[in-house]
Amino acid sequence: MGKVLVLDYDKCTGCRECELVCAIQHEGVSNPARSRIKVVKREWEGIYIPMVCQQCESAPCMAICPVKAISYDQELNRKVVDYDKCIGCRMCIAACPFGAMSFNTQTQQVMKCDLCDGDPQCVRFCETKAIRYADASEQSLDKQVAVANKFIAATKNAAATLTT
Amino acid sequence: MALNRKIAYIDLTSGKIETSKISIEMRKKYVGSRGLDAYLLYNHVKPGIDALSPENVAIVSAGLLVGTPASAACRVHICAKSPLTDRYGSANGGGFFSPELRWAGFDHLVITGKAPQPVYLWVHNGEIEIKDAKNVWGKYVADAQQAIRDELSDREIKVLTIGPGGEKLVRFANVMTGLKNSGGRTGMGAVLGSKNLKAVAARGTMDITLTHPREALDYNREFMTQITSSKVSQTQGRLGTPFIFGATNTQGLVNTHNSLLTQLVNSDAVEAEAIDEYISGMAGCWGCGVHCRGKFVIPEGPYAGTYDEGPEYTHQVSFGSITGCRDTVGILEGTHLTNRYGLDVLEVGNLIAWAIELYEDGIINKEDTGGLELTWGNIDAVLELTRQIGEREGFGDILAEGGFRAAEKIGRNSIDHFVHVKGLGQMNSDEKATPALALNIATSSRGADHLRSRPAIDLYHLPEDVLRKIYSQPVPYDGPLTSDYRDYEGKAWEVFWHENCYMAVDSLGICKYHTTFLGATHPNFEEWSKLIYLITGLEMSPLDIWTAAERANNLERLFNLNEGMTRKEDWLVDRYFDLPNKLGIPAVRGLSIDREKLKKMIDEFYQYHGWDENGVPTPETLKRLEIDKEPSHML
Repeated sequence: MGKVLVLDYDKCTGCRECELVCAIQHEGVSNPARSRIKVVKREWEGIYIPMVCQQCESAPCMAICPVKAISYDQELNRKVVDYDKCIGCRMCIAACPFGAMSFNTQTQQVMKCDLCDGDPQCVRFCETKAIRYADASEQSLDKQVAVANKFIAATKNAAATLTT
Repeated sequence: MALNRKIAYIDLTSGKIETSKISIEMRKKYVGSRGLDAYLLYNHVKPGIDALSPENVAIVSAGLLVGTPASAACRVHICAKSPLTDRYGSANGGGFFSPELRWAGFDHLVITGKAPQPVYLWVHNGEIEIKDAKNVWGKYVADAQQAIRDELSDREIKVLTIGPGGEKLVRFANVMTGLKNSGGRTGMGAVLGSKNLKAVAARGTMDITLTHPREALDYNREFMTQITSSKVSQTQGRLGTPFIFGATNTQGLVNTHNSLLTQLVNSDAVEAEAIDEYISGMAGCWGCGVHCRGKFVIPEGPYAGTYDEGPEYTHQVSFGSITGCRDTVGILEGTHLTNRYGLDVLEVGNLIAWAIELYEDGIINKEDTGGLELTWGNIDAVLELTRQIGEREGFGDILAEGGFRAAEKIGRNSIDHFVHVKGLGQMNSDEKATPALALNIATSSRGADHLRSRPAIDLYHLPEDVLRKIYSQPVPYDGPLTSDYRDYEGKAWEVFWHENCYMAVDSLGICKYHTTFLGATHPNFEEWSKLIYLITGLEMSPLDIWTAAERANNLERLFNLNEGMTRKEDWLVDRYFDLPNKLGIPAVRGLSIDREKLKKMIDEFYQYHGWDENGVPTPETLKRLEIDKEPSHML
C-alpha cells in the first residue's frame, strides 16, 4: 500500500495555505473555491479541521459512478477520475461521506484530491505539519504513542498521589 | 488576473455605486492598497473637513499580492482623515477579509457620504449591495459578524466590522475582522460609525489568475522558508508578540507608568511565559506560516469561559506596564474587552495611563473619574474604564474623545502629561535610549506609532557589514551605520529606508512580520520584485518599488501639510528629553533624547526625502516623483 495524507487537527492553525496551493497546482489560479482541500473552521472556538479525500479502500465514489470513471491507481494508492469518461452527474459528490469530492462550476467537472501525483502541495506548504504524506500505518502509530503518553502521565500522577 | 480587481465608489448618502478599473500606469506608480489609497485620499478629501462628517472619505483596500502565493498576503488597509488626530488616518489588519474582497472582485472601496440609517455593504462576485443593518447595529465585534453570516445564510462570508466603540464614535475605534484582527490606530472605526456603516461583508469565488503559477508556487515556498526558518519567526509562532516584552523590558525600553519609567520591575505576571499558561494553541492569518495569534479561554471572573484570541505585546503593556498592573488574567480580560468593543488597545492603555498619572498627581480626583480609584496597578479600575470607553459611559466618555479633546475638557494643564505625537498616544515602547526609534515616532505620518518607519532591528546590535547589506539597496548608501542603538549617527537613513519598506509592504498587502521588521534576514525589495513579476506579470525593479513607496509617502506628507501640519509636529513631548531613564540595564540608564541631536537627525531625514527645512517636499522632489500635478483626479 502507498502513502496517504495523515491529518493532525490539533496542529492546524487555520491559515488555509493548503487551499491556495491546491488550487494553483490543479487550476493554475488562486481561488479556494477550486481547491480539493478545505479547512472547515469554527473560528469562534478556535477549531480548524482540514477536509480532504481519504482515498478510501472501499470507495463510495468509485462504487456509485455509473460510467466507471473513477478507478484505483495502485501505484499511488489513490482513486482517480477519468475525465474522458466522467459525465458530470455529481453522484460521487453525493456518495462521498466526507464531502471530499466537489464540483468546479467553471470547468463543470467534479474535483478530488489526486495526491499531486505523489508530491502533495498541501503537505509541502503546511508549516505546522498538520498534513503529512506518510505510510498509512504511521497514522495509528502516532495515535498509539499519544495515548501511551497520556497513560504514562496518568500512572505517574496516580503513583505520586499514592506516595503522598 | 491579479491586476483586474476594481475600485468601487460608494456614496452612502445617495446609494449610488460606480466602479472603475485600475490602469497599469497607476499600478506601477502606486502598486496598490496603502500606496494607491494615499493617491485616492489625497484626491478625494478636502482639507479642513470634520473627520466625522459625511464629507470624509473612508477607503477599504486589499494589496496587490493579497490572495496570491505571497506569504501572509492577507492585509486589509482602511484610511480616512483621522477623527483622533485630524491628520492622515490609516489602519492595517490581517485575517481573512482582504483575500475574500479580492475573490469578490475588488481592491478598493471608496466610501463617501452618510447612510440615512445603519447599513452594511455586501460585496460578492463583482456586485455590491447596500443592506439594512438593523439586525447587526449594536452588536459586539464577533456577534456582528455572525449575525451577517446568518442573515445571508453563508458561513464562508468574511466580515470587516466596527464594534460598539465605532458606533459610539470613540475616536480611536478599530475596524475589526475575525475575533481580534484589527485595523487599529487613528480611529478608522469611528469614521465608519459616523457614516452609519456597520460592516463590509465579502464573499467571492472569482479566480485570481497568475502569470507564472508554477514558478510562483515554487518561489513562494522559498520565500516562506526564508521567513519561517528564522529564530525570530519561530519564537513568534510559539509565543506570539508577547515574546517581545521580556527582551525589551529587561533592557529598560518599555513604556511604563505613562513613560515616567521605562521598565516594569517584578514583571513575572506580565511576561510571555505567564500568558503562555493560558494559551491553548496558535492561529494563523490567511496564508501565513508564522501563526502568531494565541488562542485562549478566560479562566475566571466576569468573562469566565469566554474564548478569544491574543494577547499581543500591546495588551501586555496596556494592561501591564503602562498602567502598572501585574495580573495575567487581567491582560486576558483586557484583550477580550478591546476585541469585543473594537478599540485601539494602544490608545486605551495610553489614555488610561495618562488618567492614572493625573489622578496620582492630584490633577483629577474621584469626582472626575466617577468614583474610580485610578492608581498605578489597579487592574479592576483599568478594565472598568476600558469598558466605559467602549460604552462611552462616565469618565470613559471623556477619554473616548482622545487625548487632545479630553485634555481640553479636563483642563488644569492635563495636556502636559499626555504622551503623544500628533495627538496619537505613544505606543508600547519607550524610546528615550533609542534615537532611531525616537525619530521614527516623531516623524511617522500617523503619529506615535511603530508600524510606519521603525527600524526595529536596530535593537539587535547587528554588525555594520550586515546593516550595510540591508540598507544600501535598492538605492546606494555609503553614509555611517552603527550597531549601537544608543547612537544618532546613520539612524535617519535607517528610518527613511524602513518608511519606504513599510509603505511597499502595506501596498502589496503582505504582513510586516514577513519583511525587514523583526527579522533581519526577511525578504524585502528584491524578493518582492520577483514575486510581483511571477504573480502579476508586472515588471517592477526593486528601485521601482522603492520609488512607488516614496511617492505614496510624499502624498501622505502632503495630506498632513494641507491639514495644517508644520515641522513642529515632527517632535516629541518634553519628558522624552527631560526625564532620563532610571531603570533597565546600565547601558541605558541616565539616557534621554538630546534635543539638538534629534533636530539634526530630522534635518537629515528631510534631506533624504528631498524636503525643505520645514519638512515640505520641494518642487524638484514632486517633479522627480511625478506628483507635481496632484491632485489630478484621474481616479
